[in-house]
Amino acid sequence: MRITRQSSIVTALVASSALVLTACGGDGDLPDAPAPGATATDDGDAADGDQLSGALDGAGATFPNPVFQDWAFEYSGSVQPGVSINYQGIGSGGGIEQFLLQTVDFGSSERYLRDEDLDEAAEARGCEAIQFPVLFGAVTIAFGDEQLADLVLDAEAIAGIFQRDITNYNDPAIAELNPDMDLPDMEIIPVHRSDGSGTTSVFTTYLDHTAENWELGAGTEVQWPADTIGGQGNEGVTQGIQQNAGGVGYVNQAYALVEDLPTARVINDDGNAVSATLEATTEALEVLDIPDNFQFDILDVAGEGFPIAGANWIFVWECGYDENTGAMLRDYWTWATQSDEARDLAEELGYAPLGEGLRARVAESIDRINSQG
Amino acid sequence: MSSSASPGTGPSAGASTTPVEEPSALRSRGAARYSDRAFTIMLWAAGATVLLVLGAMVVRTVSDALPVFQYQGFFSFVFGTEWHAGFSRQEFTGTYGAWPFVWGTIYTSLIAVGIALPMSIGVALFINFYAASRVRQLMSYSVEILAAVPSIIFGLWGLLWFVPTVLHPFSIWLNSVLGFLPFFGGSVPNVNYFHAGVVLGIMILPIITAVTREVMATTPVDEVQAAYGLGATKSEVLRKVVLPRSFGGIVGATMLGLGRALGETIAVLMLVGGSQRFDTRLFFAGDTLAAHIAATFQDASPETLVALMGIGVVLFIVTMVVNIVARLIVWRFAKTAGAGDAL
Repeated sequence: MRITRQSSIVTALVASSALVLTACGGDGDLPDAPAPGATATDDGDAADGDQLSGALDGAGATFPNPVFQDWAFEYSGSVQPGVSINYQGIGSGGGIEQFLLQTVDFGSSERYLRDEDLDEAAEARGCEAIQFPVLFGAVTIAFGDEQLADLVLDAEAIAGIFQRDITNYNDPAIAELNPDMDLPDMEIIPVHRSDGSGTTSVFTTYLDHTAENWELGAGTEVQWPADTIGGQGNEGVTQGIQQNAGGVGYVNQAYALVEDLPTARVINDDGNAVSATLEATTEALEVLDIPDNFQFDILDVAGEGFPIAGANWIFVWECGYDENTGAMLRDYWTWATQSDEARDLAEELGYAPLGEGLRARVAESIDRINSQG
Repeated sequence: MSSSASPGTGPSAGASTTPVEEPSALRSRGAARYSDRAFTIMLWAAGATVLLVLGAMVVRTVSDALPVFQYQGFFSFVFGTEWHAGFSRQEFTGTYGAWPFVWGTIYTSLIAVGIALPMSIGVALFINFYAASRVRQLMSYSVEILAAVPSIIFGLWGLLWFVPTVLHPFSIWLNSVLGFLPFFGGSVPNVNYFHAGVVLGIMILPIITAVTREVMATTPVDEVQAAYGLGATKSEVLRKVVLPRSFGGIVGATMLGLGRALGETIAVLMLVGGSQRFDTRLFFAGDTLAAHIAATFQDASPETLVALMGIGVVLFIVTMVVNIVARLIVWRFAKTAGAGDAL
């Protein structure tokens, strides 16, 4: 499963670089092919059937990178063959930084732009920055030991485990939540991310907001207590939980799905114990009250939604693109957020796409790209 | 003189109009003299570049890190035990004490040297004095190849194979047998100081071995022969002639290895544990200076980035202090070793 995923990324990378190569060398070989960077064949907005050509540069979060690479490959392959999309996974902080410096056509981050960022952006460019979410991913609690699959935990129990207040699986606090389960007498080894990461930020933001006993604060890195262990990236955490008896860690849903890790069910705001499925993540977003400026954290999830999740935002501008770039941005992000094709690709890789309600609202934001000229 | 010269110049009669001046091969004419000067300038430039790059690096890193030293105070930055990253873009909000990383850096490096040094001396002695020439060739090549393995490979190999199949079971056994002793207690996770230190030791083994071997090869043959002549056994010759003779070189080799161990980043990052805490226990999951920079810089907020620069400065200082201390040790031991020599 993992092999397939990686090879598809590699294929996407190879293919997109091949595309760039043919586009560059195309002048002699294919006289009819439009030169790279040329303007659209007609000047109006991209309607269906318009042939666009050129390149879009984006940079930001690494979390959505597998999906973005697949999307770019598919889009250039069968939707707009003249457009190549280059996305660099440089990190969420870098995504905001490069966007504000206007070195990329679009930025991406697991943090939304705060009001002060938006002010800074407006001052720099002379028009508003637009942000909208495109993908979601739950953060799952994964175990190394198969017999712990579907263990029920609530925010307080998770906080207790990661603060080393709860150090054994047969702790009364866990037993109370799992009356029907035969809990092993086994020391808990909490595994966290050692690198600064959006996953840690989502996880700690959830605990900080939800668990009264959580004392470590929230952020991309927090000061974990002694006798927890850190792993480098999702892979390092997975090794940590698999190599240590009693290991438990938080990993991206996408990773847990392709690795087929046993995960916990987490109790949400309505008291339901929910498994971390893609449907439960999309559902969480549908029941959430999201403001029109898309500044939101995924907290207090109710219904059948899985309570720990993060989003990935795209940043673009209301003005300052040339006609062609604006058209390409609108066309690409419309395709990525609205088409069934793009949605299937995201789900295949273990990412939750936009639900019905959000899709329409995001479409309105996309229409605003370059609307001020 | 002239009579002997004329048969030589015979065929070219016109040569007499311009007196033949035999230019000495070592004396250069106009253009060549400029090239000499250019060569000198190039060498100066090369030398100056090294200093400039080093200077630019130090100045830039220190000046970038200055705000965090001002905010935190230099000593509480180095010796503070709380590292709590803040997330502001404009001001400092976190707490920055780098001691857990300083401690981890020194701890893992000492473990590495403790493992690599005796092994290197053994390997070097074996290659130089015991191995048959074909085996010697093979071993020398192997050591060189080991030196060329990139550190990410050591990290992956360590994390995915060496630690789970060899080192972790060994540590668990060690913990069960010696757990009552101060350094061996506590739980044994898959990533910890000891595991990082052992893999680091394997990484610096080839450097120490290569230099040690070269140094041992320079032991004067007559001294070795004299020792044999006095009836010394082979191991006595190695211990009493070769090792004392090579002492300075071995320390130098160890310094090179230690330097690499202190600054090694990616393999340590994958194996040390990354917990922003420190402990005296060998099997504690801690962190090191270089590993912490590498782990967190990508998603660091601007204020934390400045603090990471501060870690860079501290790493620089730690490396310098360790080098100075090592030099003092050499100096001190060289005196006693010299005295032993004289006896």
